[in-house]
Amino acid sequence: MLASFPLLSTVIWLPIIGGFLVLASGDKTPNLSRWLALSVAVLTFITSIPLWGLFDVSTAEMQFVEHASWISAYSIYYHLGIDGISMPLILLTTFITVLVIIAGWEVIQYKPSSYMAAFLIMEGVMIGVFSALDAMLFYVFWEAMLIPMFLIIGIWGGPRRVYATIKFFLYTFLGSVFMLVALLYMYVQSGSMAILDFHLLGLSLQEQILIFIAFLLAFAVKVPMWPVHTWLPDAHVEAPTGGSVILAAIMLKIGGYGFLRFSLPITPDASNYLDWLMIAMSLIAVVYIGFIALVQQDMKKLIAYSSIAHMGFVTLGFFIVFMILQNQDASSGAILGLQGGMVQMISHGFISAALFLAVGVLYDRLHSRDISAYGGVVNTMPWFAAFMVFFAMANAGLPGTSGFVGEFMVILASFRANFWFAFLAATTLIIGAAYTLWMVKRVVFGEIRHEGVANLQDINAREALVLSVLAFMVLLLGVWPSPLIEVMDVSVSHLLDHISLSKL
Amino acid sequence: MTFDFAQLLPLLPEITLLLGSSIVLLADLAAKDRERTWPYLLTMLTLLAGIVATLYVATDSSEIVMHGTYVRDPMSDMLKIALLLLAIPVFIYARDGLLKQDLWRGEFLTLGLFAILGMLVMISANGFIALYLGLELLTLSLYALVAFNRDSARGAEAAMKYFVLGALASGLLLYGISMLYGATGHLDFPGIAAAVVGHQNDLVLIFGLVFVVIGLAFKFGAVPFHMWLPDVYDGAPTPVTLLIASLPKIAAFALAMRVLVDGLGTLYESWYMMLVILAVLSMVLGNVVAVVQKNIKRMLAYSTIAHVGFIFLGLLAGTEEGYRAAMFYAIVYAAMAAGAFGILIALDTKGVEVDQLEQLQGLNERHPWLAGSMLLLMFSMAGVPPTVGFFAKLFVLEAVIAIDMTWLALIAVFFSIIGAFYYLRVVKMMYFDKPIDPVPLQIGSAARIMLVVNGLAMLFFGLFPAILMTLL
Repeated sequence: MLASFPLLSTVIWLPIIGGFLVLASGDKTPNLSRWLALSVAVLTFITSIPLWGLFDVSTAEMQFVEHASWISAYSIYYHLGIDGISMPLILLTTFITVLVIIAGWEVIQYKPSSYMAAFLIMEGVMIGVFSALDAMLFYVFWEAMLIPMFLIIGIWGGPRRVYATIKFFLYTFLGSVFMLVALLYMYVQSGSMAILDFHLLGLSLQEQILIFIAFLLAFAVKVPMWPVHTWLPDAHVEAPTGGSVILAAIMLKIGGYGFLRFSLPITPDASNYLDWLMIAMSLIAVVYIGFIALVQQDMKKLIAYSSIAHMGFVTLGFFIVFMILQNQDASSGAILGLQGGMVQMISHGFISAALFLAVGVLYDRLHSRDISAYGGVVNTMPWFAAFMVFFAMANAGLPGTSGFVGEFMVILASFRANFWFAFLAATTLIIGAAYTLWMVKRVVFGEIRHEGVANLQDINAREALVLSVLAFMVLLLGVWPSPLIEVMDVSVSHLLDHISLSKL
Repeated sequence: MTFDFAQLLPLLPEITLLLGSSIVLLADLAAKDRERTWPYLLTMLTLLAGIVATLYVATDSSEIVMHGTYVRDPMSDMLKIALLLLAIPVFIYARDGLLKQDLWRGEFLTLGLFAILGMLVMISANGFIALYLGLELLTLSLYALVAFNRDSARGAEAAMKYFVLGALASGLLLYGISMLYGATGHLDFPGIAAAVVGHQNDLVLIFGLVFVVIGLAFKFGAVPFHMWLPDVYDGAPTPVTLLIASLPKIAAFALAMRVLVDGLGTLYESWYMMLVILAVLSMVLGNVVAVVQKNIKRMLAYSTIAHVGFIFLGLLAGTEEGYRAAMFYAIVYAAMAAGAFGILIALDTKGVEVDQLEQLQGLNERHPWLAGSMLLLMFSMAGVPPTVGFFAKLFVLEAVIAIDMTWLALIAVFFSIIGAFYYLRVVKMMYFDKPIDPVPLQIGSAARIMLVVNGLAMLFFGLFPAILMTLL
């Protein structure tokens, strides 16, 4: 009975349909819309818990599979399923969305029902991306994500929102249309749109390289990797707090997920062939973007750049694998890289969400994101300061927080590949600490230099709730990451076995 | 030679339209009210009767009647139904707009119906004569309609341009037809097709083909034969632009199918490269030039040119899949264009036509439903899922990749990124800007409901494209 219940479809369509209901509820009764949105989000989260609870960790097979005809003329199916790689990301999505709805509660006064609706629709679509097993279904969800985000940034964003949102849309659209051509090419070759069939499709090295580049354009823009990251600081700065949270916590992970689901298994030889490029781009992101973060005057921009640097770790972990496999057959080191990347994605989801929410708390009060507009916040907002310092520590990768686990695993894996790569990657522990803690010093500590800061109110119960839930998750993942690693272990080793075999 | 009346049965849709338009013509003489309720209702009734008649005579096989000049096959049935079905919203929107401009005259209905009749004839033509007759019936009606507002100098200029260039194109087409006739001795498509076999390199044939393709490209508005299109779209009253932009695309597709595939299919090797050039130029120029337009009617005109490039992509694939994809694209495009111009008409105020992009500003605050509808239409035109415009592009791209022309698909997607920009700009105006002139919209309830349905249809068929595909 339970096994045949379409759990994934429910988790996808419940928030989307709920979103349209919230939209239809209109702005005349904002409180009704808010409560409706919250109940939909909570209900979705509750529905998604069985995905973890009933998940079989002993198999790399796709689970909770749903398969129905959609466009039979082109053998496109409504085909859903999850494995240990996508399941944690889905839970992250449902979890963060609840927090985003709460965080936007009374902050959003302009068209609150549309705001809440956009996030709910976004949630369903993102879960769709993580669970689609049909390439076209994946692509439809992938592109559909752009529309609500485009509107979120454009309607509720800051002063330069129009520039930011059009840049965001066109950048991501640019990346993904080439992926569409690659997917169609493979469809023509294989006669199937199933992603798992693409995994087994034999392709020559030249084909693989071209397909790899098409995927790279799509996923690198999403992650974002240096040098196609420039949309992210703009989008983050101009987006409303909730938009920044969803962008950083989930949308960036979709790029990372794309590498694991598409690039690595479909084009293993091209990934192997071009791993130097990927590693170089990742290290540049880690080191160079880290320095850029250091000089930012705007808090959101600083966190945005820090996100790029942290996502550099994710891609480094994914692609260092090939170098480890070449050096020795120490697959334990290789698996560390993949798992480290995954853990880093989940952990960054929590930490970046928390930091953007914390900045949002300040912004709601003083309407400034400039670091120089603050100083001495600890005197008026002691509770807030405690959270802020905690999340800053996590962002810097302090042991005991989730930020440490992923980074440490990736650095460890890098040592098996090349000492200097590991050395460069490890500099993040210094640079990351420098930019984060320096920001905290300037914002939270010191003398009160502005009148506005002197009149600040400490966080209210709603904000405290959101931040403490996130703090709990960061701490939990930091001291006890093994449940997460266990869940993904079999799927990741399966992926590793798959990519260590050449397709040529 | 005896005349068998059973021969006339496959022509039932055309006969219905002809009878209907004649009745509308007469009824309009008696119509005294400004609203012209009776002629309008009779027009709707004619269209519905046309659909019923098409369904009545539709079968899975094809039949050739009228001494080989006329064909009724599954493709013609589908195209006719799509055409007549889409004509209903077109007349609903047009009525709204013409009433606001005090241009609601019976001639619009009659000329519109005659244009549709011309398109039906084109769709079912089995030879150049019938094809040419249908084409001229369509274009002559359109020339007159472009100058529908007699007091507008721009309308007259546009009609003049359209007429001169259209006549030139018809001349080129006729010249090409005469060469084909000279080379093959046939005017019906099966006859030509049979005669061409073995003579693929005959110079006269190729010459004729070039002229025919030019005539066809003109009717489509493909670059470099597109010059008339922006001026006509801009100069004509929006309700007429709506008619020109939407329905004739379906007829033009039929024209291309009948001539290039049914008639000259064996010359595929010669014509596909011509279509490649036309398609690439159309996509490049259409998308790039649309970006700099301030006038939304001109912007949509250039976007049409880009969409025509996509229709050509499907045709040039030369496979069943490609033709089906092109047909899907043409019909979807006609629906999108009808909706987009319908929204512009809805924004018109008494005596003032909306043609500047800025006039869309803040539509979301003025009328969220219409803004939502336009949002879906724009994303559909840009080809963003989950709208049906995405699937139209997808099927065309698949057809092109299937014949190993991936590079062409890459060009197509690259220029659709540029295309996305100007569609996004429309969304930006509607959603992110404040209204400059927040007067209440004057829009009839039928048009309002139809516009919302039109927009939602983009989403619905985007989620369930298979439904539309089984209908086709």
